Amino acid sequence: MATTTLSAPTARKTTIALKLLMAVTGAFFVLYVLLHMYGNLKVLAGQEAFDTYAHHLRTFGEPMLPYGGLLWIFRILLLGSLIGHAYAAFTLWSRAGSARKTKYAVLKTAASAQWMRWGGVAILLFVVWHLIHFTIVKPVINVDGPDAAAIKASPYTMVVASFQLWWMVLIYLLALAALGLHLAHGVFSAQQTLGFTQTPKARARAKGIGNLTAALVVVGFAIPPLSILFGLVK
Amino acid sequence: MATSTKSDPKNMDLTLRIWRQDGPSDRGHLQTYEVSDISPDMSFLEMLDVLNEQLNAKGEEPIAFDSDCREGICGMCGLMISGHAHGPEKTTTCQLHMRSFKDGDTITVEPWRADAFPIIKDLVVDRSSFDRIIQAGGFISVNTGSAPEANAAPVPKQKADRAFQSAECIGCGACVAACPNASAMLFMGAKVTHLGELPQGQPERWARVVSMVSQHDHEGFGGCTNTGACSVACPKGIPQDVISTLNKDLRTAMRQGG
Repeated sequence: MATTTLSAPTARKTTIALKLLMAVTGAFFVLYVLLHMYGNLKVLAGQEAFDTYAHHLRTFGEPMLPYGGLLWIFRILLLGSLIGHAYAAFTLWSRAGSARKTKYAVLKTAASAQWMRWGGVAILLFVVWHLIHFTIVKPVINVDGPDAAAIKASPYTMVVASFQLWWMVLIYLLALAALGLHLAHGVFSAQQTLGFTQTPKARARAKGIGNLTAALVVVGFAIPPLSILFGLVK
Repeated sequence: MATSTKSDPKNMDLTLRIWRQDGPSDRGHLQTYEVSDISPDMSFLEMLDVLNEQLNAKGEEPIAFDSDCREGICGMCGLMISGHAHGPEKTTTCQLHMRSFKDGDTITVEPWRADAFPIIKDLVVDRSSFDRIIQAGGFISVNTGSAPEANAAPVPKQKADRAFQSAECIGCGACVAACPNASAMLFMGAKVTHLGELPQGQPERWARVVSMVSQHDHEGFGGCTNTGACSVACPKGIPQDVISTLNKDLRTAMRQGG
C-alpha cells in the first residue's frame, strides 16, 4: 500500500467513467420512455388511432428500412444501454460494498443510493414482465375479455382488456412509483455526472429537471391504465 | 449516574458508547462508559479528555483519538457521533460543543468507517490514502526562485472565489465517512476545483484528474452516487458542485485521450 505504482492511469478505467456510462445510457432510456409515454397516450384517441400508431411504428422508414426496422434499431440500442447501465450499476454497487466492509452501528444519512439500486432491480424485473405481457407472449390475462386471437390482432384490445383488471393496474402503478423515484434522483445524478451542475444555481435547476421528469412520466403513464380501469376508455 | 452531584445545574450526565479496538487486527467492540458533570461549554474532545482522565485514574487504557489544533482548521480530528460525521452541528469534532447534547443523552462514538481508512487503534484511522491521492496529482509544478509578481497572472473574481472556497477543504475525511459508498469524490473535487479554477493549475489539469481518480479507485474508495451526504457532513461546507467539476474534467481528459 505504501508504495503504489500504477501502470499508466487511464480515464476510461475509473469509477467516474462507469458513472458516465450510466448517465449516457440513462439519458437514452429517458428519451425512450418519453416517446413510449406519447404512444401510450394515443389510447385516449380511440382504437383506430392507437392501432394505426402501433402499425406505423413498424412501417416507419419503409422502404428505406425493412418492416419493423426502426423498432429493431431501438430494441438493439435499448438492450445495449441496458447491459451498459446494469454493468456499471452492479460494478459500482459491489465496489461500494467492499469500500466499507464494517458498517456503522448508528448512521443517520440519506439512503437514496440504496433506493436507486433496489429500485433499479425492481424496474428490471418489471421490464421482463412487461415484455412478456405486451410484446413476447401476450397472454390472455382477463379471462372474461377478448380471446387470444383478438388480442394479437389489435394492440388496443390487448391493452384495454389488461387494464380492466384492478390488480394489473396496481402492478403497473407500483412499477411507475419505482420508476418515478429512480428518475427523480437519476436525472439529476446524470447531469451531475456529465458535469452540467458546476454552480449552486445549475444544481438546483438539475434537481428541478429531475423532479419534473419524474412527475411527467408518472402522470403520463398513469393516465391510460386509470382511464381504462374507470371506464373512460373502453 | 443517580449518585452524580453536579457543580452547575446546566451540567450533564451522559452515557457514551465508544468503539474500542486494540489494533488493526483486533475485532473491536462498542463499550459503554458513564461521564458526569459535563459542562455545556466543553468541546466534544474535552469531554473525551475528562473520560480519559477517569480511565487513567483507574489504571485502564485511555481511548485513542486524533486531534491537533482544536481550532477547526487542521482536519486532524474526526469522529462519527451518533451517526453524524463530526456530530450534529456543521463543524469539526473539536469545535462541537457539549451544549449540542442534553442531560441523560446516550452518544455513540465510532471511527470513520472506510476500508481505505484502516483503523489504527480505537477511534484513530489511517488517512494516508488521502496523502497518496494528493501525491498522485493534487499539486502544481512551479520553478523555485523569487516569488512571481502578484499581478502577473490575473484571476477573475468568480474563479478566485470558487478556488478559495474549494481550498477550504481540510482533508478531515468526513465526506468519506458520511458517504454511503465511502467515496472520496468531494475531497478530490475540492482539490481539482481549487487548482483547476486558477491559471497556475492549467498545465497539469487533465493529467491531474486522471491520476487522482485512478489513485482514489486504487485505494478502494467507492464510486459517487450523488446523494450529497458528503456536502452535508463537510465542516467547511464544500458544495456538491465541485464533484460535477471533477466529473467534467475527467470527461475532458477522456476526450483528449487521457
